[in-house]
Amino acid sequence: MRLVRLVAVTWWLQLKLRSRSAFDGLLSLLWPLGFASTVFLMYRQRDPGAVLLSASLGASVMGVWSATSTTAASALQMERRQGTLELLVAAPTPFPYLVFPVTLSMATIGAYSMATTLLFGRFVFGIPIVVRHPVAFVGSIAVTVLAIGMLGFLLAIGSVRYRTAWALGSALEMPVWLICGFLVPLAQLPGWVRPVAWLLAPTWGMAAIRSAATGVGNPLLDLTACGLLAIGYGLIGALLSRRLLDAARTRATLALT
Amino acid sequence: MGVIEADAVTRVFRSSKGLLRRTSAEIPAVRGVSFAVQRGELFGLLGPNGAGKTTTIKMLITLLLPTSGRLRVLGYDVVAQPRQVRRRVGYVFGGDRGLYERLSGLDNLRYFAELYAVPPREQRARIGELLELVGLAGRERERVEGYSRGMRQRLHIARGLLHRPDVLFLDEPSIGLDPVGARELRAAVKTLVDNGTTVLLTTHYMFEADELCDRIAVLAKGQIVATGTPADLKRRVTGGNVVEVEVFGVPDGVLGRIQALPGIRSALIEERGQAQLLTVRVAPGAEVIQPVLGCLDGTRVGRFVTREPTLEDAYVELVTQA
Repeated sequence: MRLVRLVAVTWWLQLKLRSRSAFDGLLSLLWPLGFASTVFLMYRQRDPGAVLLSASLGASVMGVWSATSTTAASALQMERRQGTLELLVAAPTPFPYLVFPVTLSMATIGAYSMATTLLFGRFVFGIPIVVRHPVAFVGSIAVTVLAIGMLGFLLAIGSVRYRTAWALGSALEMPVWLICGFLVPLAQLPGWVRPVAWLLAPTWGMAAIRSAATGVGNPLLDLTACGLLAIGYGLIGALLSRRLLDAARTRATLALT
Repeated sequence: MGVIEADAVTRVFRSSKGLLRRTSAEIPAVRGVSFAVQRGELFGLLGPNGAGKTTTIKMLITLLLPTSGRLRVLGYDVVAQPRQVRRRVGYVFGGDRGLYERLSGLDNLRYFAELYAVPPREQRARIGELLELVGLAGRERERVEGYSRGMRQRLHIARGLLHRPDVLFLDEPSIGLDPVGARELRAAVKTLVDNGTTVLLTTHYMFEADELCDRIAVLAKGQIVATGTPADLKRRVTGGNVVEVEVFGVPDGVLGRIQALPGIRSALIEERGQAQLLTVRVAPGAEVIQPVLGCLDGTRVGRFVTREPTLEDAYVELVTQA
């Protein structure tokens, strides 16, 4: 119960913290809309039918990933810069419980941009939002947002020890768009990419969202894989955090000075 | 058994640079420091910048691992039992950082109350009580980015006290505070100690240490050079008088001649606006006024004072001799 409350309260306050700047809020909307427009324009030339809906969903999940990957990796660097990282580490609460709500708040902002992207596609490009299984669709979005938050958590943990690890988030942003099939189906990618894609929860989340929307395939299987990978990220992150925190305490990388 | 025990603690920082030909350097920040703080005591760590005060505190609150030696807080080893230590200690540092600027003061306290496992039913009352204590009641819903430095510092103190720590570490808490704010802070610290909290304080302000601390350890170059009550330190180090002379335009070489006079323990000149202040520490029983004035022959001399040594005199002498 304490853990649920801790995650809920810290997630809410982190969300509040991140939503305070109107400029940042506008950017988190405009950034994915720019990419979504490119995708819509590309696909509209090829196929105005179901593929366009698939592209619209892909573009919307891109927003969640972009809002989480770059910011999650730099989140702890920001905490370090403002002098709060040491206070988080010095708290008696295990560190992973404090980092996860941070990245979850970012994924939540991503979900907000996801909804905007779908509505943008509907009203500006006329892409109908047809959802065959509404409950599975909402569930898929929720699990995907959570899983992306967990992947962001894994990225964030690295920057506790390595001050420059925040750059990793930016480096991974666009490759994940491709590898996880947000833009093009996995089947069109080279064979060696697929095992990498299977290890990434957003691949399965994306597939579940598409299945639930189009009614093709079983979203539950994809959703289970997505959820299991998210749990795996959480466990790896928790284990890594202990080692990385000890290394940070040895190497004195928690503060800037 | 002390509430805080440091036994032969050392901390070495390692840094490396270069991409192909990597070179590394070792910087010893703390070298064989040992001390013990008793329950309910207010213990001061004094020393110049880089003396190892903050490093020592960061090891005690589990943010840094010692390179060697042993540190215990309330009987818990800071390396092997960090969570037990973290539950029972509070940490407040000076300056503008360490708060979420875009959140209100109240939200900052709510956040840290969760982190420090303050029971939900107690949180509201505890936060209200602390806001009253630090004088921020009524301003708690404003964003921290609009707070003055003093308000931020007071919010830091409230944050550090949320979980009623048995031991409080204050790392230069009054830095940047105005005199009234600093006085209020000292009063709040005294109240905490009266209520049984053990406090370890670092400060650059000697009058603060003199007023507050039961005992003091002076650190210089990572080592403890003296330990005792403020009165002990004053007696041990100087034992004589201090002569202060306001002078204008002291020629080169005069300071050296004064330092070489018999009965002079130390002499230094500080710039004070257009004037300079010559401070001479005199050995007990020595008569130095005429010889010092003789050395200053031809130099314009202003105010001339002979006074009892202060803690600051003791401190300067200790760290310059280290």
